[in-house]
Amino acid sequence: MNFLEAFRDPRMAGMLRDEIHELAGRRGKRDRPLSIMEVCGTHTMAISRNGIRSMLPSTIRLISGPGCPVCVTPPGYIDAAIRLADSGTHLVTFGDLLNVPGSHSTLAEARSRGAAIHVVYSPTAAFAIAQERSGTQVVFLGIGFETTTAPIAAMVDRAHQIGIHNLSILTAFKCVPPALHILAIDPELHLDAFLCPAHVSAIIGAEAYEPVCRAHAIPCVIAGFEPLDILYGIRGILQQVLHREARVDNQYNRVVKPSGNRKALDLLARCFQPSDADWRGIGVLPASGLTFRENWSTFDAERRFDLRVEKGTVNPACQCGNVLKGKILPTACPLFGTACTPSRPIGPCMVSNEGTCSAYFRYEGKGVPS
Amino acid sequence: MSHSLQMAHGGGGRLSRELIEAEILPRFGQGPLQGLPDAASLELPSNRVAYSTDSFVVKPVEFPGGNIGTLAVHGTANDLAVCGAEPRWMSLALILEEGLSLDLLRRILDTIRDTANAGNIQVVTGDLKVVGRGQCDALYVNTSGIGVIQPAFALAPSHVQPGDMLLVSGPVGDHGMAVLAAREHLDFTHGPVSDTGPIYPLVRAALPWAPAIRFMRDPTRGGVAAVLNEIASGLPVDLQVDESAIPIDRRTAAVAELLGIDILQVACEGRVLAICAAGAAQHVLDAWQGCPEGRQSALIGTVTPGTGRVLLKTRTGGTRLLDIPAGELLPRIC
Repeated sequence: MNFLEAFRDPRMAGMLRDEIHELAGRRGKRDRPLSIMEVCGTHTMAISRNGIRSMLPSTIRLISGPGCPVCVTPPGYIDAAIRLADSGTHLVTFGDLLNVPGSHSTLAEARSRGAAIHVVYSPTAAFAIAQERSGTQVVFLGIGFETTTAPIAAMVDRAHQIGIHNLSILTAFKCVPPALHILAIDPELHLDAFLCPAHVSAIIGAEAYEPVCRAHAIPCVIAGFEPLDILYGIRGILQQVLHREARVDNQYNRVVKPSGNRKALDLLARCFQPSDADWRGIGVLPASGLTFRENWSTFDAERRFDLRVEKGTVNPACQCGNVLKGKILPTACPLFGTACTPSRPIGPCMVSNEGTCSAYFRYEGKGVPS
Repeated sequence: MSHSLQMAHGGGGRLSRELIEAEILPRFGQGPLQGLPDAASLELPSNRVAYSTDSFVVKPVEFPGGNIGTLAVHGTANDLAVCGAEPRWMSLALILEEGLSLDLLRRILDTIRDTANAGNIQVVTGDLKVVGRGQCDALYVNTSGIGVIQPAFALAPSHVQPGDMLLVSGPVGDHGMAVLAAREHLDFTHGPVSDTGPIYPLVRAALPWAPAIRFMRDPTRGGVAAVLNEIASGLPVDLQVDESAIPIDRRTAAVAELLGIDILQVACEGRVLAICAAGAAQHVLDAWQGCPEGRQSALIGTVTPGTGRVLLKTRTGGTRLLDIPAGELLPRIC
């Protein structure tokens, strides 16, 4: 199969678009549009990049959720990382974190002052960096959802087996399902359905959404990241809504299994335990993060360096919190596109490639005609 | 002669002389460079010339489809060509790293000679310096070029009007992806191949319709997205681009997809984007498709009244902004 084009076929896209319009029309006139939250940043980006919003009827509203790990990383975490870097520790990070504002500064500024910060594409590169610098402490900035956490756990496991002692992780891992509970009951949001992430679901499995789906009677449809996947997912949501159903529908079953990736889940359970986690713009959510288990604590940078991750402060004008909760569109933020741009981001949603503000700035502006 | 470059090869003494006599003069010494004068003296056929300069620091210096030498000739010549000028003369300045393999240097000089000859361009003056190991990365090349402007062209973004059409002369993004794949040692059986090549043959082919051509630009750094935004910015028009009409090489598309890179933001080194009046668009397209450099040319969009935006009709059927890259292309993390 040609994976580059099979899921972007314009003819199929046209058919799905027509079907979505037809199904939405059957819903009849309502006071408010059907609100679907796409939880994952990669969905947000794919929706914008493919111009999907412009293909939907005005009675369907796609709301971007908090599923960009960079965007939900609190400023206090960045502050702690900068303190580590300034003290001579080598940091290893994904590039997106460099420009995320801490309380007063960014990692990019720390690097320009001379801090040793290595940008990598894969966690395994941190492993090699630590091996090459056996006399130096190397800290990997461990942010991400289940998709990213699993390969980091694999890297830590290997470091443990080989006996690498100069590598540790500053964790700010997040889990998707606990956030969905909070979003589902938010009266201001009034969500009608979740479009659930593709890659996260490949790890956690379709069954992981059952509790959210049942507790809040909210349709959850797992969709891939290709345009046809997304349109098909929206169609699936409309069908559930029209039939007054609320179930977990795995439309990405070419990748996602009901029980997820067993090997990855076992590894995660072996290394990490659930913990409360601070989500930028949302606050502390119980059991929504992962921290090292006691027997893995030598890899925990917070313990190794006796580091305290404080709350930190954000620019009070920044509306990223409301954007992350889907309460406002990026274009409603007074800083959007003026003081805050991808070149000079003020909030994290403008920094990350998968941030909602960045997606809107790059692909949708203040309104693209349909 | 040894197999690698020494500092003394750039010192102005005997070794310098030997290097120039052995490697430079046999390749470039027939024209104004004969006798190594301090400056070239040129007979200009017209008093309107275009003059441009560019430096080349590509890494790796050799990549699928070309090397730093092909780039150094095409890069400067193409900047002249998109101004409606026929490239004629070029300078060649080399900054070489101590220890550089002489075989590599010879390959690159051969390429420069052959590429310049193919484009009817004379290398008329030059310079050669050697810097210590680690002070440059293998070699850097600077070229300046002079071209004779074809008076039939009157090119400026401000000439763009609603109703005009957008053309591109071939698949986009090949150069950037080929270099990136080579640099990162991504070994593909059928990987992307750079499009480094001359644009002037296409400009010459379009000469009969020159008055209808509003503007041309080669989409190098920042790719098609950057050039279209530069054109549209500040004009009372929108550029409406049809994604499915843009020619794309499957090998390039595959690598871009794998790395999460938007191909429309990736550099070409042998393509030209033109905006021309609707009545002439098909003629220019036919002329381009008749050239070996433009066989895959395509009409990719239209100009409408607007506010300086570039709008992309996606393959899926939606519409979005086609924005310029913000800076470094950062990897996706989830």
